[in-house]
Amino acid sequence: MNLSNILKNTFLVILVSLVVSACASKKTTTTSSLESQIQGDVYTGTDTVEYLAKGVPDRVFFATNESILTTKSRDTLRKQAAWLRENSNVNVVIEGHADERGTREYNLALGERRANAAKDYLMTYGVSADRISVISYGKERPVDSGSNPLSWSKNRRSVTVKAN
Amino acid sequence: MKFIKYLGIILIIFLCNIKNSFSLIEVDITRGNLNPLPIAVSPLSQNKKSKDIFEKKLNIIDIGSEISGVIENNLKQSGLFNPLNKDAFLQKPDIAHLKPRFEDWSLIKAQALITGNVAIESDKLKVEFRLWDVLAGREMLALAFTTVPNNWRRVGHIITDKVYERLTGEKGYFDTRIIYVSEEGPKTQRIKKLAIMDQDGFNTKYLTLGNELVLTPRFNPTNQMVTYLSYFKNLPRVYLLDIETGIQEVVGDFPGMTFAPRFSPDGKKIIMSFAKDGNSDIYTMDLENRIVERITNHPSIDTSPSYSPDSKFITFNSDRSGYQQIYVMNSDGSNVKRISFGKGLYGTPVWSPRGDLIAFTKLHKGKFYIGVMRTDGKGERLLTENFYQEAPSWAPNGRVLIFYRETKTNDKGEGFSAKLWSIDLTGYNERMVSTEMDASDPSWSSLLSN
Repeated sequence: MNLSNILKNTFLVILVSLVVSACASKKTTTTSSLESQIQGDVYTGTDTVEYLAKGVPDRVFFATNESILTTKSRDTLRKQAAWLRENSNVNVVIEGHADERGTREYNLALGERRANAAKDYLMTYGVSADRISVISYGKERPVDSGSNPLSWSKNRRSVTVKAN
Repeated sequence: MKFIKYLGIILIIFLCNIKNSFSLIEVDITRGNLNPLPIAVSPLSQNKKSKDIFEKKLNIIDIGSEISGVIENNLKQSGLFNPLNKDAFLQKPDIAHLKPRFEDWSLIKAQALITGNVAIESDKLKVEFRLWDVLAGREMLALAFTTVPNNWRRVGHIITDKVYERLTGEKGYFDTRIIYVSEEGPKTQRIKKLAIMDQDGFNTKYLTLGNELVLTPRFNPTNQMVTYLSYFKNLPRVYLLDIETGIQEVVGDFPGMTFAPRFSPDGKKIIMSFAKDGNSDIYTMDLENRIVERITNHPSIDTSPSYSPDSKFITFNSDRSGYQQIYVMNSDGSNVKRISFGKGLYGTPVWSPRGDLIAFTKLHKGKFYIGVMRTDGKGERLLTENFYQEAPSWAPNGRVLIFYRETKTNDKGEGFSAKLWSIDLTGYNERMVSTEMDASDPSWSSLLSN
């Protein structure tokens, strides 16, 4: 991303926010519900989320092409780590996934990178490496079959699944 | 040579020498389908006895017409030829094959004419055919060969290859097969099987049962081996499959996912990615001595490698610049250079069998493109734009690309499909390639004969 692109994007953001604020009174409910479910390209809703145990969500979400863990993702993974420390007989598989807007092979690598980002965080919080395996499904196993930004955001995920 | 034996097809006679003068007709393949050449494909003639035997053996009433139908369809699909309606033909097939009355053929605007004869001789199918220049009023090509009767569709493909080569000056791509992934079921739980078919969509065979996810099959350019990714036992690994024997094996002994396999041009190595601890790098394995070599060593994603036809270079995609882009390096991994500098993301580079171009997938502003660029990254040409498409594979003559395209689903997430498409290097003649089920990840074989 070169400077002119950044400037162009910044300009676009300003323009869009001007337009949005100008029609704030007309804003539809779908737009606001979309905004409450995606922040900075990362899904923050709970639609597809399942639970490892009460209060321990099984998955975290990622921005497009990214494997960086958000504050919320780190919070979820700390809960997973705490639960795994208490349940030391449970091993897990972390499944890494990508959305459909990327080439198949790159997405396999990206899914692997996401699963490992989650794995590394669990290890930092005291879960030993030999209890965690990773598998990437790339874009092969979406949870949401839609072709829109909200569906894609739900599919960019890593899911911690009990292995035994 | 091994091929020819396996295929059981022997070129036996050159009926006459091609006169080494220039011909009046030639097809300019650089212009795509703007002016397809009008060509008449006369049904292959046959005598009563052969006709009865074919009918009994193959349950085909008129094999001469069937073979000429294969040829006609191939020529039409290429976009370079316009096969004329048979109803307008004035001359009978057997007489035309002996000596065409060129006035009759030029009357219906045919510039070229294919005639032939098919017969059974000691349980073999024997076919001879001639290609005629209608305007110059002379023979351009005459060949005969024998094969087992079951190979009759291939006879049509081989004749098309000979005609195409004579008229365009380039090798054909009709006696070839496509290996691909057959898809069915809902988008969230697709069932995928390896499938193989003739280039024209006939003779589909399924090579796996769909019990495990399979992806990205690629042909060995020198034999009937295929490499692909299988999730057998939930361990995604690169496999090698012999499509003649059905025997398969894991490639190498890697402690994690291997993926994105392709053969080297001599068919002796597999190049692929190996993912470890969130990082994917490129490796090769020699299939004879099993020696594994690491080619890239970089903390970014390096994948989708493809050799140049002389094996001296490798192109691949990497996000080392922050975004997915195309690179070229020496085949030992040295001298890595980025070649894609246009706007957007670039992936799945595949080196043309002619050596001069790299085909790729590009994502820009929410659209996917199939394009080609020179091997230094210059001269980018986008051939087709769509909601989603990727993974081009070259026809063996480097003139046509096959790739797959996926549809956008509706608000309810319905209406998903994946299909194979082909397009000429010129950007003309974009066509859907028909498959029994949905399909993705196509890979084009080399020519099976010659």
